[in-house]
Amino acid sequence: MEIKILTNFFRRIINNIFNNKKEIKLGFYGPPNAGKTSLVNRICKDFTGEELGTVSKIPHETRKVQFKEKVEIDYKGKKMTFKMIDTPGIATKIDYEEFLKYKMSKKDAKERAKEATQGVIESIKWLDDMDIVVVVLDSTENPYNQVNITIIGNLVARKIPVLVVANKIDIKKADIKKIEAAFPEYEVVGISAKFGNNLEEFYESLFKLSKKSKK
Amino acid sequence: MEKRGNKKNIGNIKGFAIQFMPYSEIKNLDSTSRIKKILGIVLGNNILILQGRLLPQEETRLIEDTMAMIDYTTGFKGIELAVISGDEEETFFSKITKNIANVLIGGDLTSITIIGPATIVKEIKKDPKKIELFLNR
Repeated sequence: MEIKILTNFFRRIINNIFNNKKEIKLGFYGPPNAGKTSLVNRICKDFTGEELGTVSKIPHETRKVQFKEKVEIDYKGKKMTFKMIDTPGIATKIDYEEFLKYKMSKKDAKERAKEATQGVIESIKWLDDMDIVVVVLDSTENPYNQVNITIIGNLVARKIPVLVVANKIDIKKADIKKIEAAFPEYEVVGISAKFGNNLEEFYESLFKLSKKSKK
Repeated sequence: MEKRGNKKNIGNIKGFAIQFMPYSEIKNLDSTSRIKKILGIVLGNNILILQGRLLPQEETRLIEDTMAMIDYTTGFKGIELAVISGDEEETFFSKITKNIANVLIGGDLTSITIIGPATIVKEIKKDPKKIELFLNR
């Protein structure tokens, strides 16, 4: 009896060591300009010292899926290793003329639009590869946008655990309550990726979410 | 589908129609045919009001195909999409009952899907009990 208890004890310890070393594929999804890359950069900078991608006020700055492997997040003494996957924003329309407002040449705007359409397709294709997903929403925008609902609906259909992040809480017109009301079945964490506000709560929720991962 | 480089042109928009489609029209179609039918209507400068809603995987497929169409259809900028569902404040029990009913009927008939070309529909605002369509002209 005592030998069995001891064997189980050591097995649990060994399992925990190996489980913690597994890399969890963490995807960042959302509409364009919600702050996905800003959040990924913030995390990567904090734990690896390097950022992942460029950010811009012009929508569709991220037009290719970009990832960083073996990012070890150390939170309150607990460690977890992630493959951070930053995806292009998902949209139902892309008009090159929108980019002209940012003083871009017609040729560049057309090229950006073309790359952006391909980025949306690539984002959707990657959905199947995720272990857990953080859906990043702009808390100053209306959350009832169909793109948000479609992304979350697809994650639910694929049984991928979801955490909703309400970004840009540093802006006066941010409304986290509206996001909570739109997605009452999910935990919503308000943050500012730009200024690093409330990231402690985000990491706490991320670790909780990781435990739901099938991996 | 036409080859890239041989761009399709949807021409100048002089008007649009609102087309209602009962779910029965797509019920027996596979996902590819459903999306093709929907995009065909939208590309004809129609705002489609569809009884019911697509599956989540079909909604993403619709987005993917829309993106591919933007690339090779001159003047096409994408779509505006919204689903109005009657289940916003339903209880857990009524949701289960409704899901069973949906399986028996073969689709979610309590929802309505609105899809319009982005050249005509500037924005569909859902809030969530009110829906507003803002047109480009």
